[in-house]
Amino acid sequence: MTTFIIRRVLQLIPVLIGVSILVFSLMHLTPGNPAVIMAGESAPEATVQAIEQRLGLNDPLYVQYWNFLTSALQLDFGTSIRDNIPVMSHIQARFFITLELAIYSTIFTVVLGMLAGIVSAVKRYSISDVSLMIVTLFGLSMPNFWLGLMLIQWFSIELGWFAPTGWGNMDQIVLPVIALGTAGAAIVARMTRSSMLDVITQDYIRTARAKGVKERVVIFRHALKNALIPVVTVVGLQFGYLLAGSVLTESVFAINGLGRLIIDSILQRDFPVVQGAVLVIAVTFVFVNLLVDISYRMLNKRVDLN
Amino acid sequence: MAVASKERVHDTKPVNPRIKSFKEFFKRLRKNKSALVGFYVLSFLFLVSIFGAIDANYNLLGISSNATSLTEKLEGPSAAHWFGTDHLGRDIFFRILHGMYITLGVGFAATFMGAFVGVPLGILAGYYGGWLDTIVMRVMDVLLAFPGILLALAIVSVLGGSTINVTIAIAIGSLPQFARIVRGSTLTTKKLEYVDAIRALGARDGKIIFQHILPNIMSPIIVNTTLFIASAILSAAGLSFLGLGVQPPTPEWGAMLNDGRNYMYQAGHITFFPGMMIVIVVLAFNLFGDGLRDAIDPKQKQ
Repeated sequence: MTTFIIRRVLQLIPVLIGVSILVFSLMHLTPGNPAVIMAGESAPEATVQAIEQRLGLNDPLYVQYWNFLTSALQLDFGTSIRDNIPVMSHIQARFFITLELAIYSTIFTVVLGMLAGIVSAVKRYSISDVSLMIVTLFGLSMPNFWLGLMLIQWFSIELGWFAPTGWGNMDQIVLPVIALGTAGAAIVARMTRSSMLDVITQDYIRTARAKGVKERVVIFRHALKNALIPVVTVVGLQFGYLLAGSVLTESVFAINGLGRLIIDSILQRDFPVVQGAVLVIAVTFVFVNLLVDISYRMLNKRVDLN
Repeated sequence: MAVASKERVHDTKPVNPRIKSFKEFFKRLRKNKSALVGFYVLSFLFLVSIFGAIDANYNLLGISSNATSLTEKLEGPSAAHWFGTDHLGRDIFFRILHGMYITLGVGFAATFMGAFVGVPLGILAGYYGGWLDTIVMRVMDVLLAFPGILLALAIVSVLGGSTINVTIAIAIGSLPQFARIVRGSTLTTKKLEYVDAIRALGARDGKIIFQHILPNIMSPIIVNTTLFIASAILSAAGLSFLGLGVQPPTPEWGAMLNDGRNYMYQAGHITFFPGMMIVIVVLAFNLFGDGLRDAIDPKQKQ
């Protein structure tokens, strides 16, 4: 197990270097001079030069990348072009809001998805199975931002039950979490269903039933434990999608998270902030995947460790 | 060099059933009711979208989708305007019909661009292995580190928002999916005995790849292409909704939702109908894709 973890961590290094190169290149792949784009087309020459100076845009590329990498490793992403505040303090203030949103949505996704998947599998081809699978198909096909708008329309504007915007209070949390988590719940439900169906047909389940174990115990103690192993991988991936999907949800519900920071910074051409925020999300996602991989190995003892 | 007859060298079956004829394929598809529904809905939507693609003013039945009307702003659905009007008094029903070709076009274009690059990458990585495989798959791992819409967002932030840039951004985001699936199928296919036999008979790599590997990995490619169009449409609509994709006044559905969200208190219908259409299109692709998978690629069946 330790060897596996060490090897898996070492494998991350090339990926993280690649991620940093890609994020670094963002600024340099822009058509035209990035300093001009950031300053604005009509900005005086002096402003453009000041930006070039500050970002070291006149240095050779490898020097720029080295500086970018070494400061990023110290969690220093430079300062915002717009307000001169360090990018990291922008990110710090908002990262935990997005993380909270993603975590709550993951919980929603997992609980709802697994419940629906178990019910579907246990009552295969029943009315509840068929209708649940139709609902999940809709859940998969629905843009999360549109679902958010509809939830605001129904539950905030017409019924007045929840606040339409913001983050923090209970009445502000419910709608964004539903909007963001529904598609994931649909995916987890389908995955749980097919995984449960695979397990239920296996010999040891038949043995358990034959020796007179109650159906509930068979399902929850014997079947579920093995059925959930593949679902773990999906949940890990889902967490990443929820982190990224929060860009849209935060925009709909005017939540001041990392996603909204990215959008605002893209619209204002504030590249250092975009780079920092994108890098933070990507690196978080990479590490969550690492945790998922490790827990998958721990759960599934049958997997060959080599 | 003549290729030996299949019977003699082929004692291991190909992983995926080959699609021998369109007729046989359609026969299998017809057994799956939901796939058929998806197929018919999509065919209908394609026909509808042709009008939007050829007429920029979309002058159908004498009503233009671009015609603004100060006296008919923010009106709810009625007999004259089935889906109501928007903040400029434009007919939402006709704008949706008009915008259909953009949604379908971006979805198709992005997916095919992604497949066009991703499939060869996957085949090369899987067939040749070694350092080529390592480099290609490491690059794909890097792209996969940007979950969901984030990669497209980062690319659009560089290129700027426009229909073509959104298409490119989503295409790049689809590369790892195609490369991974194709690499996996290529790996299993190239190990089959008949491929060895053909190679022993002196067939060149190009011939083996195009005549023997590609036809055998077509089913997963087709299935994933169909399913990816659905998620490409969702991403494109999302980017336009954020104001980073197709720009107004183009009647793109995501951009229409963005327009409408400022008027939710007065006119909720503006945000309802374009989103509903996105759901219908994406649902149709998902139904069709799931059905395709069951019909031509049963191994992937969930």
